[in-house]
Amino acid sequence: MSGALPVAIGNYLGLSTAIFFIGVAGVLLRRNPLVMLMSIELMWNAANLLFLAYARVWLNNAGHIFAFLVITVAAAEAAIGLAIIVTVFRTRANVDVDEVHALRG
Amino acid sequence: MTALWWLIAIVLIATAVWTISASKPVYSVVALLAHFLALAVSYIMLSAEFLGVIQIVIYVGAILVLFVFVIALLSSGVASFSVGPNRMKKGVWPAGIAVAVAFGLMTWKLAGVVASPKVGGSLSTVPGTAGAFGSVADFGKALFTTYLLPFEITAFVLMVAVIGVILLAGDRSVHDPSPKRAALVRREMREAILRGGEE
Repeated sequence: MSGALPVAIGNYLGLSTAIFFIGVAGVLLRRNPLVMLMSIELMWNAANLLFLAYARVWLNNAGHIFAFLVITVAAAEAAIGLAIIVTVFRTRANVDVDEVHALRG
Repeated sequence: MTALWWLIAIVLIATAVWTISASKPVYSVVALLAHFLALAVSYIMLSAEFLGVIQIVIYVGAILVLFVFVIALLSSGVASFSVGPNRMKKGVWPAGIAVAVAFGLMTWKLAGVVASPKVGGSLSTVPGTAGAFGSVADFGKALFTTYLLPFEITAFVLMVAVIGVILLAGDRSVHDPSPKRAALVRREMREAILRGGEE
């Protein structure tokens, strides 16, 4: 889909910032580790949106490659994080980040 | 196009808020699903068609399914899985104010960034043939020539993730018997030895 973008780059900056800080608020305000991981995913994607927006503005492919790498690392992070949650739940039978003080089993 | 952009933006913000404020993790996953689909549309509007498809395949097809699996796994456990919406009952307002201040600072700095002509740039039309920028061919050529090393590092990252998950969540009782089981084994061995002595 070629052609000019519908809005200025500042709108993308504002949208990305808003989504990123919604993710920050989710990490700070929730104590369910699953929702915290999802908030982190929100932050990854806000960064990705900005990578792609600037790649489009400058017509440079590097933003696409970097967004691809970010998606890969986010997948790895989600897998590891969920494995940690499952392990903690197996030993404590409770999922609340405030009650988990140590990573020892 | 402008109206579509604003519609997508509203959907993105609304689903993000729904994700962090849902009462159950499953609702958060549904909200995140809508968020990712809207993001994929937004990527395609930015002429990143391949990334839009990748967004749906990897995020919706892999990561969200993983979340759903873990929720199903944990919900069938012994304890109830209803966790309150707030992390700190007293800390909601300080945390909210901190986030708001950080958001304001970031917006202020970014407004300065947009004002500078070099960084702000102009949204020119794509030169050359239609759809060349961001197409699969364009992306693949860059990925396998200029950015081959980052691509290889991606493979390493995924391998580390696989090994880490197996180490963390794998069944450890096969290699590392629990004390109870070890004691059982020792008792069986003792009994076998005693029986051998009696014969």
